[in-house]
Amino acid sequence: MMDFATILQVFDSTVRLATPLLLACLAGLYSERAGIYDIGLEGKMLAAAFFSGAIAAVTGSVWLGLLAGIAASTALSGIHGLAAITFRGNQLISGVAVNFLAAGLTVVIAQDWFKQGGRTPSLIGGARFTPVKLPLADTLREVPILGPIYYELISGHTILVYLAFAMVPLTWWLLFRTRFGLRLRAVGENPAAVDTAGVSVVGNRYAAVAICGLLCGIAGAYLATALQAGFVKDMTAGRGYIALAALIFAKWRPWYALSSTLLFGFLQAIALRYQNIDLGGVVVPVQFMDALPYILTVVILAGFVGKAIPPRAGGEPYVKER
Amino acid sequence: MAGTQTAGRSDGAAPAIELKGISKAFGPVQANKDISIRVMPGTIHGIIGENGAGKSTLMSILYGFYRADAGEIFINGTPTPIPDSQAAISAGIGMVFQHFKLVQNFTVLENVILGAEDGALLKPSLSKARGTLKRLAEEYELHVDPDTLIEDLSVGHQQRVEILKALYRAADILILDEPTGVLTPAEADHLFRILENLRREGKTILLITHKLREIMHITDTVSVMRRGEMTATVKTAETSPENLAELMVGRKVLLRVDKKPAAPGPNILEVENLRVVDDDGVERLKGVSLNVRAGEILGIAGVSGNGQSQLLEVLGGITRATGSIRVNGQEIDLSGRHSDGQSRRARGIAHVPEDRQHEGLIMDFMAWENMIFGYHNDPAWQKNALLMDNPAIRADTEAKMARFDVRPPNPALAAKNFSGGNQQKIVLAREIERNPDLLLVGQPTRGVDIGAIEFIHQRIIELRDAGKAILLVSVELEEILSMSDRIAVMFDGRIMGERLPGETDEKELGLLMAGMNGKAA
Repeated sequence: MMDFATILQVFDSTVRLATPLLLACLAGLYSERAGIYDIGLEGKMLAAAFFSGAIAAVTGSVWLGLLAGIAASTALSGIHGLAAITFRGNQLISGVAVNFLAAGLTVVIAQDWFKQGGRTPSLIGGARFTPVKLPLADTLREVPILGPIYYELISGHTILVYLAFAMVPLTWWLLFRTRFGLRLRAVGENPAAVDTAGVSVVGNRYAAVAICGLLCGIAGAYLATALQAGFVKDMTAGRGYIALAALIFAKWRPWYALSSTLLFGFLQAIALRYQNIDLGGVVVPVQFMDALPYILTVVILAGFVGKAIPPRAGGEPYVKER
Repeated sequence: MAGTQTAGRSDGAAPAIELKGISKAFGPVQANKDISIRVMPGTIHGIIGENGAGKSTLMSILYGFYRADAGEIFINGTPTPIPDSQAAISAGIGMVFQHFKLVQNFTVLENVILGAEDGALLKPSLSKARGTLKRLAEEYELHVDPDTLIEDLSVGHQQRVEILKALYRAADILILDEPTGVLTPAEADHLFRILENLRREGKTILLITHKLREIMHITDTVSVMRRGEMTATVKTAETSPENLAELMVGRKVLLRVDKKPAAPGPNILEVENLRVVDDDGVERLKGVSLNVRAGEILGIAGVSGNGQSQLLEVLGGITRATGSIRVNGQEIDLSGRHSDGQSRRARGIAHVPEDRQHEGLIMDFMAWENMIFGYHNDPAWQKNALLMDNPAIRADTEAKMARFDVRPPNPALAAKNFSGGNQQKIVLAREIERNPDLLLVGQPTRGVDIGAIEFIHQRIIELRDAGKAILLVSVELEEILSMSDRIAVMFDGRIMGERLPGETDEKELGLLMAGMNGKAA
């Protein structure tokens, strides 16, 4: 019933759909490992999607679009950081505020600039990321099994996809092999230990939040300029929240984050491809398939995945005790 | 990394630390008032005072955690402003806080290098630290496995990591804030050996404590603080515990508890073969049997974490267990639906929990609200079926606060705004004034100042003399020895043995607490 080519297509689609989840999940990983909960991944991606789409549409350059997306997302990160780190506010409320801000502003600004009902014009040519053909893809295409895998699955994605996957080992290395990572993990576990060691808690937390903004910016730009051709209202469609669920599922570890976001990406790919599944007379409705990734999110968040220990100082502003 | 050291003990040398006119206020509270002190190099200098006397504030200023409002700091004779911890570390000051500043899921090595890494990559720092730690371990008896996670270490070993952290940063001056509060007697002795080794190498040590015994045992000089002021600095050899206690409190205090011999009556509490398995599947109580008679205090000694907490929790109805508990001869439901704090109180058991801030009080609630918790269903507090009689509760709280000398006597103050001793008095007033048959008391004087300790001890003994049974759990051996009519020692979820206070000493109890059975030599 499912031939080899179909399987490859589903996997190919899995990779495409997992990419924004992976980037957002890693973004959250940096932030939460440093003790700053970030429920605003969704809003940051959305803002980045809009600004990258808008600037790419106006300038015709996808790279300028990407930069604009990153700038927008990092600005929102700055707001979250200011509220959560400097003013020691509630991190959940600040994150929710970021989400509301992005959901409202993107549509209003899009309508004002482009008058197309809250969307940007469709991106064409250099305003979009184009697939990269890896070396020898055509030559090896005819090799049985491995050829198609290389050609269909591994080759032919945009540069951002490769970047996202490369971020996994890079993040692991940064967190567990460098001074920066040691300090970043320490502020998320026991900021007092970092403070008494003479290292700035605030500085480390801002650095983590800035990286979070950067990665969310790339994730958002990917949605508008690579996965789709332009921004549409609410185009993140809860991906920020799914990334958060994936982060918990991954127990705040980079390699686990890769597998958990691939799982969510796979579910989305299945939902996209098989709109009605016929299970011997019972037809699973399309709505159920579309809802599946979200249902799994709820199940995971409800704690069906076993014990996940979050960073111990997560969500708590650092105040020197008396 | 530890720097070379030349300073001796000659009194002609510049002081390692000199503070001049240090003042610090937190809002209206003057925590430190015009404090001056000289600490000579190569000595152990004790700073003693009641809780809230300003010891920790002063040390935090010295470590750059707070900035003084006024005053100057000199290190080795040089004026040295210390605006932050980084400056303190560069000036050669290391601090071991009362609550360790360690990252629980990092290894010992990672904790040691945190903030003192040599470069952007960890590998060189880690291997260098491994070598340094090995050397320090041999030099000062500071042995810790460098690759163990902190959360897997005992408290005593965690403290060693804190000392190693300071030494790794080349500290010549080491500040220890209440270092023995969490240690067993054996661990404390080991710590003192380490401190003596450090002194021999010329390090200067500031030891903050409220335990007179330690001060007498190990310091060269001692400074006494009271209400934010430095009241005296004396040579340890020229003073006595009584003298120091008087300087601390400002009046004579009884260090020994004054009490009549017990006149035990019939068994109030009989516990047989009590077993508790916690959520992680670890057996915390492994068949505990004991009894407490009317008119006596049974003291439970032990290093914390050997099942005393679980014993209190089971008796207080917080934790479920198997086995049997009889109160006044009647069996108590241990695992059913009615095994809770309410049903225990109905049977005449009152409970002063070990952790008063989490289990004894709701810190954000006012004193009068806290005064009825657990007894809030009492008809006396109900105005009608719907409303509580708040004025009556407030009036009752005022009366209890007066009887228990709670200061300030303000029922509308939130629990968190009282000092530790006064918080404990609120809990005690609530439980004792119900006139229970059996009083469970956990760590009654932990974090409580000397004046209040005396008061709390007297109240507990009064209850005993009124013919009630008291089960006292404490990690303070002195408290156990002076309060108890009988002593049971717990180790690893078992009762290791029972002793009479007149027929045993700290050494024998210490051996039992460490799990060594049999008569001490």
